[in-house]
Amino acid sequence: MKKLVEKLGDGALYYIEQIGRMGIFLGICFVNILKPPYKLHPIIKQVHFIGARSMFVIVVTGAFTGMVLGLQGYYTLSRFGSEDLLGSAVALGLIRELGPVLTALMVIGRAGSAICAEIGIMRSTEQIDTLECMAIDPYRFLVVPKIVAGIISLPLLTFIFDVVGILGGYLIGVALLGVSHGAYFNGMYESVLWNDVEMGIVKSFVFGLLLVWISAAKGFFLHLERKGAFGPEGVSRITTDAVVLASVTILVWDYLISAIML
Amino acid sequence: MKKVNVELVVGLFMILGFAGFAYIAIKLGDVELFGQQNNYPVSASFNSVSGLKEGAFVEIAGVRVGKVTSIRLDPEEYEAVVTLSIDNGVRLQEDSIASIRTAGIMGDRFVSITPGGAEEYIEPGGEIEETESAISLEELISKYIFKDE
Repeated sequence: MKKLVEKLGDGALYYIEQIGRMGIFLGICFVNILKPPYKLHPIIKQVHFIGARSMFVIVVTGAFTGMVLGLQGYYTLSRFGSEDLLGSAVALGLIRELGPVLTALMVIGRAGSAICAEIGIMRSTEQIDTLECMAIDPYRFLVVPKIVAGIISLPLLTFIFDVVGILGGYLIGVALLGVSHGAYFNGMYESVLWNDVEMGIVKSFVFGLLLVWISAAKGFFLHLERKGAFGPEGVSRITTDAVVLASVTILVWDYLISAIML
Repeated sequence: MKKVNVELVVGLFMILGFAGFAYIAIKLGDVELFGQQNNYPVSASFNSVSGLKEGAFVEIAGVRVGKVTSIRLDPEEYEAVVTLSIDNGVRLQEDSIASIRTAGIMGDRFVSITPGGAEEYIEPGGEIEETESAISLEELISKYIFKDE
């Protein structure tokens, strides 16, 4: 019995320690973002990796999300005889919810896992210690460009996702199912307000920060993981952890931001 | 293998992203790009604006001529004061009537203006004196049902 309580306390302490570690990690990163000199090139490289190279995935998922919204929305709305609302349903769904969330989830899968594995391997093979020995701040060198790039890329990717999704919905709704062209676009222009766009923007900024932060911090503190194991096994486990944690965190924050801003 | 021009790709990505943002913000979010004022405000007081939302349309003869910018309560008269922004090309006579209508049975509420015949026009910032409140379907039904009692 005493063992059981001890185990519970031990586990709780470990998680609190981990949360604190990641919080301090984020704090150090923010200080380093604001501190000159500002180097543009590493950020561009990371925007290329996180943003530009995710574009294909985002366009494909965006198109199919819009198409499925158009299809499902049409069949639901036609029961009430209000197919004309299809444009607003697709646009509102994409801009407020699906755009930011699905973009973030896709970017976690594509870039978040890569960031975590990259930093994890560097930690595992003691390259981060080497950087420190050479008086190169690993936060500045490794993490800051990724975080800045995440905050820049995610909103842009989200907008691409939204626009492609709206066109996908148009393709299904107007070209295939025969909703009128004007009803689709005018309904959309009328019902989407700046508040909705703003909510999408806030979400995508927060998600961009969250996903890079969690992936990078998980990899960075590979050596402090309790289950141990440097090397391939540790890196693979930490990457899985990072992807799961980042996805769950983003869905939780999605709810919180919606609840606050609605 | 050809080396990828990172700057070019990132530049293209940024352009696409901002183009998407511009489309959504300006077309959908109704952001005024250069802050140009092509409308003027007019206010109107109603007994009830139940169901009317900010951003709802103002129509004359079914044509969109502006929108509702704010709805607030006059704390002394207990009336709803609605501010409308009307497009510059449209002039309203002094005796125009503003009424709140519903598009269809379940549709959104909007403000419909019936033009009057007066010579004078309402100045920007002026007030539409004649108003008709929102029609409550439930009230009408209950009147009909209980009319004999």
